[in-house]
Amino acid sequence: MPWLFIAPITLLHLVVVVGPSVAGMYYSLTEWSGIGKAEFVGLDNFRELFFEDRNFLLALRHNLMWLAFFLTVPFAMALAVATLLAQVRIGSMAIRTAFFIPYVLPSVVVASIWRMLLDPRLGFGVALENWGIKGLAYPYLGDKNTALAAIAFVDNWHWWGFLMILFLTAMQSIPSDLYDAAKIDGANRWQEFLHVTLPGIRPTVFFMLMMTAIWSFLVFDYVWILTHGGPAGSSEMLATYLYKQAFQRFEAGYGAAIGITMSAIAGVMATIFVLLRRRGWDV
Amino acid sequence: MFKKKGRSRLIPNYIILILLVCLALGPILVLFFNSLKSFTDLGTNPIGLPRVILIENYVNAWVQGEFATTLTNSLIYVVFTVAGVLVLGGMAAYSLARLDPPGDNFYLVYMLTLSTLPFWLYVIPLFIMWRNLGLLDTRAGLIIMYIAFNSPFAIFLLRSFLMSLSRDFEDAARVDGANEWQVMTRVVIPIMWPAFLTVGLVVGLGVWSEFQAALIFLQRDELMPVTTSYYNFTQRFGRDWSLTSAGAVMMIAPVLALFLALQRQFVTGLTQGGIKL
Repeated sequence: MPWLFIAPITLLHLVVVVGPSVAGMYYSLTEWSGIGKAEFVGLDNFRELFFEDRNFLLALRHNLMWLAFFLTVPFAMALAVATLLAQVRIGSMAIRTAFFIPYVLPSVVVASIWRMLLDPRLGFGVALENWGIKGLAYPYLGDKNTALAAIAFVDNWHWWGFLMILFLTAMQSIPSDLYDAAKIDGANRWQEFLHVTLPGIRPTVFFMLMMTAIWSFLVFDYVWILTHGGPAGSSEMLATYLYKQAFQRFEAGYGAAIGITMSAIAGVMATIFVLLRRRGWDV
Repeated sequence: MFKKKGRSRLIPNYIILILLVCLALGPILVLFFNSLKSFTDLGTNPIGLPRVILIENYVNAWVQGEFATTLTNSLIYVVFTVAGVLVLGGMAAYSLARLDPPGDNFYLVYMLTLSTLPFWLYVIPLFIMWRNLGLLDTRAGLIIMYIAFNSPFAIFLLRSFLMSLSRDFEDAARVDGANEWQVMTRVVIPIMWPAFLTVGLVVGLGVWSEFQAALIFLQRDELMPVTTSYYNFTQRFGRDWSLTSAGAVMMIAPVLALFLALQRQFVTGLTQGGIKL
């Protein structure tokens, strides 16, 4: 009887998520157009991916750069601003709301806003020129040297405020007598941050670092909407590459192999963090 | 005297915070300003206030972007997904928290592990299966997927909410002669409303903003949610920013209104695990 209540949602999850995941592992070992019979080719797809497909390796490199960016920039911003905001009383709620708003906007709208602002002829660079600040009107999304960084900037614009609120919430659960004790010991603001605040919010920071490491290999929306992976593959990511292979070129087997690879890397990342935590890295 | 000194100490904080607030809200204001500008006004004055306010951008975007259809579609996806998640996830959560099924710990570990399976791992076989079942490019197909994606989060949140509630009310109702069905519908569901609201808001926001699954699983224009339809709209009217901005404002206005009205529930829900990048 209790299981009767659990069964429907579990079956649904099995059919939609778990079954296809297992099937994906099989299809990654086949040559298959998605129609008709899949031909078993062993590890051929993976050999091709890692030893022949330069586009794939490029995409993988972009995901690693993405990872490096998102493990540092948003965390530094969020930690710094949460610390500043924690000391503030007047207007604190309104400021929090403002920082949270970008996070609730859909990716298509965020992308649309920044496509305008980053435009070389009508963007913020042109507006600054009118105020006398020259040299910032640039096709950030259209240049292969800056496209990836521009997309990361846009994604981070909508993301870091949320991270900040998470840290702020964690900071507020630190008992205030710890701060009083630090003051009595003569700690300055920086020492307070290092020895009271940071240890207090470490579980939250740690968890979000782990989630960031996983997500960094799965990112799709902003890249697809802003550049489709271009120009000339300069912002291609594993997910956009998979999408092109599977749904535009109908290489379902090859696409599945990319999917397995992405998931495996994300899984390894998660495992590293779990092992670090066991080693007593955290708390 | 001392207090005054304490406040002035915070001036640097306020300066930095206000600059960053401008970075967070400024771009949204630009979107709003641009949605009111004429094509020529935007061409010479892309960031500032509109010189003449042009409401008809909204009318044009509404018609040309088929917002009547796509906003309705998005609403359908949100309502059915939220309803499905709350009913099915609520049943599972109730069972796990109150009926003590054998092996519930194993089940929780299973859900926790398998809920982390990434979309890109299963999307290709799921696509093929949906095509074979005739669910590809249908509303039902997308809603079923959305319910499945969101169910682990709902089960965990509803279960932990229930566990935090005492069983006294339920026991009292049983003593008064209520059967199990009455206990659930008359006692448990009414006290669960706050949790239902939180889950509903988080899942609803997720579905309203969802892009990648809708992009892959829907082809017919008349079924598209506002996100993928708006994306196609911006591809078609790429340079007509007053039009695309008006469309974007129409898409986010209901979200922002709801967020400002129910901010506390949104923030708790989102920070408790409806987390995504």
